[in-house]
Amino acid sequence: MAPSTVREEAILEDVQDFTHAILAFVDDEGYPLNVATSFETDPSSGAIRLKPPKVGPQPREGAEVNVTFSHIRPYPGVGYDQRRYVSLWGAVRRDGGWLVVMPERSHGWDEDRLHFFELCERSVPVGHEYMRKLSRERGEEVKPQLGLGWLIFLATRVPFLTATIVPILLGGMVARSHGVSNWWLWLLCLIGGAAIHLGLNVLNDVSDTTSGADQANVNPTMFSGGSRMIQYGLVSLNAMRVASFALYAIGIGIGLFLVATRGIELLWIGMAGVFLSVAYTAPPFRLVYRGLGEICVALGFGPIMVLGTYFVITQELAWEPFYASLPVAILIMLVLYVNQIPDRPSDARASKNTIVVRLSREKIIAGYDLSMIATYLLIAIGALTIMPAWTLLGLLTIPLALKVHKGLSSHYEHPYELMAAMGTNIMVHLATGLLLSVGYLIDIILT
Amino acid sequence: MSTLPVEIEELLNSALAAELTVLDAKGRPVTYPLIPLYDGEKIYMHSSVLFSRKLEHIKGNPRVSVTITDPIAARIEPFRRATIQGDARVIDDDLHHGWEEKVLPLWIEKEPIIKKLVKQRFAMPLFWERAVIEIVPRRAFLWREGRTDIDPEVFEPEKVA
Repeated sequence: MAPSTVREEAILEDVQDFTHAILAFVDDEGYPLNVATSFETDPSSGAIRLKPPKVGPQPREGAEVNVTFSHIRPYPGVGYDQRRYVSLWGAVRRDGGWLVVMPERSHGWDEDRLHFFELCERSVPVGHEYMRKLSRERGEEVKPQLGLGWLIFLATRVPFLTATIVPILLGGMVARSHGVSNWWLWLLCLIGGAAIHLGLNVLNDVSDTTSGADQANVNPTMFSGGSRMIQYGLVSLNAMRVASFALYAIGIGIGLFLVATRGIELLWIGMAGVFLSVAYTAPPFRLVYRGLGEICVALGFGPIMVLGTYFVITQELAWEPFYASLPVAILIMLVLYVNQIPDRPSDARASKNTIVVRLSREKIIAGYDLSMIATYLLIAIGALTIMPAWTLLGLLTIPLALKVHKGLSSHYEHPYELMAAMGTNIMVHLATGLLLSVGYLIDIILT
Repeated sequence: MSTLPVEIEELLNSALAAELTVLDAKGRPVTYPLIPLYDGEKIYMHSSVLFSRKLEHIKGNPRVSVTITDPIAARIEPFRRATIQGDARVIDDDLHHGWEEKVLPLWIEKEPIIKKLVKQRFAMPLFWERAVIEIVPRRAFLWREGRTDIDPEVFEPEKVA
């Protein structure tokens, strides 16, 4: 059954503000009959007192009746909100001019107490049970459907590819500013990096399903809690394993081709990238479960991708692409850091001891602020020393970062309200990374 | 063909919420707030598989009762209340698309945001796997001023038909 938000110990308080009650009972012909009536609560006895409605048949003395209280607020042109209802059951008896019901059990939902998304998430087992029964009745599997394109898009979490596009673009731009460009090689870097990234996303779902972290998470958002494809019965665990393997195979294949054609140095960079990607979530390392996920992500989507791309194009290693990758590394680390905030109760239950599980709210927000300050200091110092001055454009995202800080401070404990801040935080990474690349591009054009 | 008095039809068409009472496996009444939809002959309600207990109850016992009681959720002048007893069946042959033809246009009329949300069904795939509850009215009670402390007018649609 879907979870109830009714406070059993304070049920009279929960119902007293409703405008009317709906009495439901079984009539003499065996049909249910429900009808509105006025009511009052009796705190001294804990009973609900109902005016007997005029509807012909009346409930039998001692019969179990159902009393429901329901409210919505119409929202013209949209639908409605303020959904809440309380339903209770008890034996009915007559007392003077009243029908008296002593609540024995109850059920209900108040969207102010339990967000609709969480209600749906907690009800997923009910949906699966219904489809299992239908499958048995029909002798064929009944399961939820989604088009293949959507399945691939959602299972691999394609929108997160910005994390790969930003560093690979930056690596290409730094190389171009050093007078070397080869956009075919750059494209191969992008495809290989994207394949590894998507493989990691899928592997992470496999790992979080195996550990139970995703099942325990009843507050997934579009930025956190995994793709849910396995939990919703849309893709099997095995299919996800195969998809992850295939994506890694594509990424590693492209990497080996580039090692063979561009230089052995890339092998060490690539091996570090693949190792971090797999060890991030898969046993025995499971680095994200040990609070090291942020470091993995920072290294993988920062120096490894920027420097790797730079090397593929120039066949050299240099300090500038490494330095330029540091702000991007911190920002992508912060994407993971913030996106894990709503997941921390379920992560903790699955022993996924991420940094946000380990530290207090105040420390996490302070950590965000300090990381942001470090990011913008790196950009400012870099623009005055090793990077083109135009990369100061990266500082334009400071107002967005302040918005994220405000969102974290206001909605830390509220997953769905926090979604806007999570989205803005992703924008900070994307926009800052792109502005750094734009800074390099302007410098290339001007010089 | 219309089987309910016009006063109840107007109420069904205007109400954003009704209460559906079904009988559980032990014969006890269980009530669910749902949007009532009406095609001029039968009452339709619908449910995601996520909240499918009511569907199982109806499959076990098709006898149901629908009441429209809330003046806030049913903006109609003059306000009135009605209860309709009937026989229900669950239509769940095609959970993915089966409900769309019958129910979606009527649903959008009452809850326009659904037109936008249904295009984003990938975001909540199980919510959009849905069954239709089709109710054939059997007996209806109408309280013209919404006062259920006075006797209702009683209609028996099958006899009218």
